[in-house]
Amino acid sequence: MIHFLANPARFMRIGARLLPWCWALAALGMGAGLWFALVVSPADYQQGDSVRIMYIHVPSAWMALAVYSLIALVSAMALVWKHPLGFLIGRAAAPLGTGFTVICLVTGALWGQTSWGTWWVWDARLTSVLILFFLYLGYMALGSAFDDADRGNRAAALLAMVGFVNIPIIKFSVDWWSTLHQPASVLRMGGSAIHPSMLTPLVLMALGFVAYFLALLVLRVRAEIAGRKVAALMMAGAMGGAGEFHDN
Amino acid sequence: MTAFCALLAFDVRLSFRRGADTMVVVGFFLLTVFLFSLAFRGDTALLARIAPGLVWVTALLAAMLALDRLFLADFEDGSLDQLLLSEIPLELVVLAKAAAHWITTGLPLIAAAPALALVLNMNGAGLAHLVLSLLLGTPTLTLIGTIGAALTLGARRGGVLISLLVLPLYIPVLIFGVGVVTAAIDGMDASVPIMALGGFLLGALALAPLASAAALRQAAR
Repeated sequence: MIHFLANPARFMRIGARLLPWCWALAALGMGAGLWFALVVSPADYQQGDSVRIMYIHVPSAWMALAVYSLIALVSAMALVWKHPLGFLIGRAAAPLGTGFTVICLVTGALWGQTSWGTWWVWDARLTSVLILFFLYLGYMALGSAFDDADRGNRAAALLAMVGFVNIPIIKFSVDWWSTLHQPASVLRMGGSAIHPSMLTPLVLMALGFVAYFLALLVLRVRAEIAGRKVAALMMAGAMGGAGEFHDN
Repeated sequence: MTAFCALLAFDVRLSFRRGADTMVVVGFFLLTVFLFSLAFRGDTALLARIAPGLVWVTALLAAMLALDRLFLADFEDGSLDQLLLSEIPLELVVLAKAAAHWITTGLPLIAAAPALALVLNMNGAGLAHLVLSLLLGTPTLTLIGTIGAALTLGARRGGVLISLLVLPLYIPVLIFGVGVVTAAIDGMDASVPIMALGGFLLGALALAPLASAAALRQAAR
């Protein structure tokens, strides 16, 4: 499977076929999710309508973690099996993951202001997500810091794997330390502790987010591959032109 | 083992003969804390309250100052290629370099810390635990720093980049380091953050050389 998809041309063909489905699923998931989130689902008996922030906040938090894990995974595969496509996917996914992290932090601050009475507290969950944001920044900065693109890809891939130690810390921070942030209520041992009327929009939104991410990822990887082709053609053209000049 | 000791002794001697690294790091450490004291107009009550965090953050920044030089000279003059070709495992080379770096920058920081603790009106228990937490924490900082130093070899503006890569990974050490000192000052049990710092050190000792060696192999390709 991995080696089958590692061929860039094949990846792009499959990606192009999946792209319309991803867009459709994203529109459907987020559309229906928003309908359930804003209209159908009940307001919380304590928090009132501000609980609806959850339907953006929680999926973007999941995505922030999932995208980083994906980057670490494709980085490891790219380093082990020398599949350059892994570097491309990692570099293309990083700005998207950063976006999800920012959305998570901003909606979290808004939600915190209404339900805790403060924009920010330095507890374990919030701090570790902030660290994740800086890991994303470091990954992107390191990747573009070299004149040799290949060296940048490799260094960034190693950094992504080193930074992966933070992911379990974020996931379990609310269980290991007593924090202001509530403990895990959806993905936990012994089943979900969240009412179905709230779980439906949450799952729909999460599906929509995943599809949206995949669509953007395919687009970005495709743009990167096209850009490399253009650069290679221009290089070949310039070399050909120089050759002609010498021949004359 | 002989190779490890030889490398370590060589690097320590080289650094002390040049002298600049140790002086810059300790000078920065002392000066920054003095600047804070002046900026807060010598408000002793306030300074005593923020002293653990102040000293730890400054130590962390100071320890980062010399990181970019960790492998740079060897990378530029080709010694790194020789070390790669030699039969010494590269992980051991990283450990030797890290140990030398810690002896020439970490130990002097720890030696200077009690003076700052006195200036900031820290009590006896606080001073003892500050030294203890730095003893456990600064080697971890150096070990994590080797990863950043190896990854940024040959990068544009590598020195600035290291801080962006390494500081997020320093945060847990900072939190528990400050936790040790604050607990001790307040007369509470500091054993949990001490054990956490020890755990970080053991983890970094096991994993950081592997990551740094992998990064060095890539840098030398």
